[in-house]
Amino acid sequence: MIEALSILLLWLGGAFFVIGTVGLLRFPDVYSRLHALTKADTLGLGLVILGLSLRADQLFTVLLMLFIWLLVMASSATACQLLARYQLQSDKDSSDGGK
Amino acid sequence: MTLSLQLFLASGGILWLTGLYGLWRNSDPIRRIISLNIMGSGVFLVMVTLARRETSTDPVLHALVVTGLVVAVSATAFALRLAVASQQEKR
Amino acid sequence: MAASELILDLILCLVLLSLAVAVVEVKRLYDSIILFIAFGLILSITWARLGAPDLALAEAAIGAGITGVLLMAAYANLAPKKHLQNSHRSWLAVGFSLAAMVWLVLSLIPLADSPESLVAVAEQAMADSGVTHPVTAVLLNFRAWDTLLELVVLLLALLGMQQLRLPSLKIAYPWPLLNAWGRYLAPLTIVIGGYLLWRGSSGPGGAFQSGALLAAGLIVLRLNHVIPGLSWQHAWLRCSVLCGAGFFLIIACLTAWLGQGWLDYPASYSASLIFIIEFLATISIAVTLAWLVTGQQEAAS
Repeated sequence: MIEALSILLLWLGGAFFVIGTVGLLRFPDVYSRLHALTKADTLGLGLVILGLSLRADQLFTVLLMLFIWLLVMASSATACQLLARYQLQSDKDSSDGGK
Repeated sequence: MTLSLQLFLASGGILWLTGLYGLWRNSDPIRRIISLNIMGSGVFLVMVTLARRETSTDPVLHALVVTGLVVAVSATAFALRLAVASQQEKR
Repeated sequence: MAASELILDLILCLVLLSLAVAVVEVKRLYDSIILFIAFGLILSITWARLGAPDLALAEAAIGAGITGVLLMAAYANLAPKKHLQNSHRSWLAVGFSLAAMVWLVLSLIPLADSPESLVAVAEQAMADSGVTHPVTAVLLNFRAWDTLLELVVLLLALLGMQQLRLPSLKIAYPWPLLNAWGRYLAPLTIVIGGYLLWRGSSGPGGAFQSGALLAAGLIVLRLNHVIPGLSWQHAWLRCSVLCGAGFFLIIACLTAWLGQGWLDYPASYSASLIFIIEFLATISIAVTLAWLVTGQQEAAS
């Protein structure tokens, strides 16, 4: 039962990564690409970690994986913010230059 | 397992050649330094794969590759600095 | 089971090779650098797949992380100048590479079934090495010379960079969010770096991985303007750069003078000696790598 649930979660997580990658390749501009990517990062990785923690034999391993998930979420949020702000700045600059 | 090892060995060789090809065709100094790094990765891949041949992995080769990684990054840093300096000289 | 593992290996190799080809073939230099960072990360997964967690850690921190920052910094320094475009494809180079590939692959593949390695020798000597992780034992006991010379190479790279007297990295004003996250991240890198160092004696980890991680922490702090630029004027910085190779050299001389030979530790002290050397080497590696990236800060006059 737990085995089946964990496999299901792992598949779902993998699917989110694939969808995020498709979004990265197909979406037109930086903002929507970032949207697709961050969803894949947080949700996909979260599901994978949930699936793996059902198989873990120690509580320590589960805590370690949760910690990794938190780290990845925080750094992907920061990186996403940086990229979006940079893009916004260069959009503004180019529209000012055009006037 | 042997088939996998052969696959990784062949990939290591091809990586090395890809780096060599990049060194030949690119003229930008930064791209040449990147190509050298790819050649190095190919050599590391062959060494790590060779460490896998027996049931227990060979620590000597792993240690050599760890050493190699640090030497590669120091050489890269110095080479990049030289490249920047030569560009500034030309200006 | 074997088939699915083979498929995984095949995909890894294909991704690795196509990224490498893209790195040398792509038109813009910026794309090439980004692809090279991705290549480093895939390589790190490959090391984990090949049963080398030490290398996976080192590659993720050094190969993908620090080399990536170095390339970006060099790109930023050269950016105003138009980069040389590689428009022409040399068919001679392609032909030569393909011909050499056939020969190289054919001569490499038989190596897979000739087990002729030093595993047995290393395992035999493990008992009196002072540590239980074989890679650390090789690095700091059996082949300690290599590690000593590697620290010297790192020092030489820094000294060579000092001679060039280049302007240091120009750092943009950091956004508040990045600044806040950097302040949280720095203590975490110290905790994780210390854990990696402590674990090096019994499992994957050790001076190099830990040093690279700490260097990354220092670089993040520098990019956020939390710490001032590293400068040769500060005596404690010079000391921390020199302490790894220096202490190692002193131990080498002492073992040659009082003991059995160069870097042949007495068995009862080897565990504590290895730990002290690793600790000092970690500090040296962290400061030197961070310095290589951020560059010399001229004293304010």
